[in-house]
Amino acid sequence: MFDHIMQYQSEIWQAIGETFLMVGISISAAVLVGLPLGTLLFLCRRDQLLENRIVFSILNVFVNVVRSFPFLLLVVFLIPLTRFIVGTAIGTLAASVPLAIMAVAYYSRLVEQSLLEVPRGIIEAGTAMGASTLEIIYKFLYVDARSGLLLGLTTSTISFISYSTVVGIVGGGGIGDFAIRYGYQRFEIDLMVFTIIIMLIFVQTIQFVGSTTARLIDKR
Amino acid sequence: MIVLDGISKSYRLKNGPYEAVHSVSLQVFQGEIHGIIGTSGAGKSTLLRMINLLESPSTGHVRVNDLELTQLTTKNLRNARRSIGMVFQAFNLVHNRSVKGNVLIPLELAGFSKQARLERAAECLRIVGLERQAEQYPSSLSGGQKQRVAIARALATNPTVLLCDEPTSSLDPQTTEEILKVLKEINRNFGVTIVIVTHEMDVIKSICNKVSIMEAGEIIETISFEPKGFAALKNDYQSLRRQLLSEVDGDV
Ligand SMILES: Nc1ncnc2c1ncn2[C@@H]1O[C@H](COP(=O)(O)OP(=O)(O)OP(=O)(O)O)[C@@H](O)[C@H]1O
Ligand SMILES: [Mg+2]
Repeated sequence: MFDHIMQYQSEIWQAIGETFLMVGISISAAVLVGLPLGTLLFLCRRDQLLENRIVFSILNVFVNVVRSFPFLLLVVFLIPLTRFIVGTAIGTLAASVPLAIMAVAYYSRLVEQSLLEVPRGIIEAGTAMGASTLEIIYKFLYVDARSGLLLGLTTSTISFISYSTVVGIVGGGGIGDFAIRYGYQRFEIDLMVFTIIIMLIFVQTIQFVGSTTARLIDKR
Repeated sequence: MIVLDGISKSYRLKNGPYEAVHSVSLQVFQGEIHGIIGTSGAGKSTLLRMINLLESPSTGHVRVNDLELTQLTTKNLRNARRSIGMVFQAFNLVHNRSVKGNVLIPLELAGFSKQARLERAAECLRIVGLERQAEQYPSSLSGGQKQRVAIARALATNPTVLLCDEPTSSLDPQTTEEILKVLKEINRNFGVTIVIVTHEMDVIKSICNKVSIMEAGEIIETISFEPKGFAALKNDYQSLRRQLLSEVDGDV
């Protein structure tokens, strides 16, 4: 059995590489775009520093719409945009576009929720000290919400892995697609089980590292 | 010196506008400890929070050290706030920064050099008697110690005014006394003007030079204990107490 699996070594490595690429792009999108967007979502809420009903509603609707789309439909729906950005709608990079957009929507909601847990008085203390909105964000909000932000990113990453398994339809590849194509569709059960174990190890590792770090940086 | 000139604050509620503070004028001279006492919902916090424009007045003027705060640009207001410290009932410390880290924040915001920041933070922690807890995190401190950190933090940028919103209301009587002693020392040694909101008669009694009684958004009376402090009022104490009692909740 092990020999059989080893026959597919290079395919498995490639699939792992593809998963890493897709999830890596998703995490980057989550941090670079989702974090600021989630922060804006929080700050535009009622009674917050940048209270703005219009901006809040637009962001809120964007997040809800993206998150309520069945992911497979989102992939199909976004094909024109993907083609515009990547030049093709097929392949790992192309599959990363809908993944990244989902990542932004997903993480920005978790960011908003983490920031809501920071006691209001801390923001007030910052304002009273003469901090600007930007200073309040990175010297107060992100500092006290940091373990929540990290746990949110951990949860998100695991969801990205899960979402990335269905992008086979646009040739995205990845470990999940490998399990489906070789294991499920060709009835090579050992391959399927092996790839599932690999994914399990990924998820466990990410969760462990995320939870442990979040606990260590939480001094509350 | 703080000059409040006809300030009001109205909130828009579902059933129409609600005036939490109504046309209050008040002068607090440099070096005074001025108490504000009154029933819950009288508008004490709202009034205090208008002194550093945490709430902007609907009408009226706020002048602190001859600076008309309501006229300032956002940037200048932020600068002005560095000379107005604030201390809260809930302490409002940053939980993920150490005691020293919390005192460093206003110094970082004000752009002090690293060396100056560390020196000043150490000095402020010495003033409140917490130099040995500098590296601890707030969660490991008692309520009284947390409030000391908050006071040290508020003092960091050398404010001329310290605003205190029920700073001792969540502390036991002995800790309250310790915090009041710290406030009094700061007032005496550095000439910091203190405005303190409270519903505890003892707070007024032990540190204030003057007290304003608030009711339904207005200051109905300001009593001065000068020149000899509250104790000098001994003869009038009963009448004063009766007066305060009639204005303030039964817990006085
Ligand atoms: N943001 C707000 N929106 C609407 N109403 C408010 C707001 N802030 C305060 N109020 C109302 O204004 C009134 C005065 O509130 P304030 O907090 O100043 O009272 P207080 O004297 O400090 O009372 P307490 O002793 O309970 O702290 C209250 O009736 C309160 O409900
Ligand atoms: Mg109050």
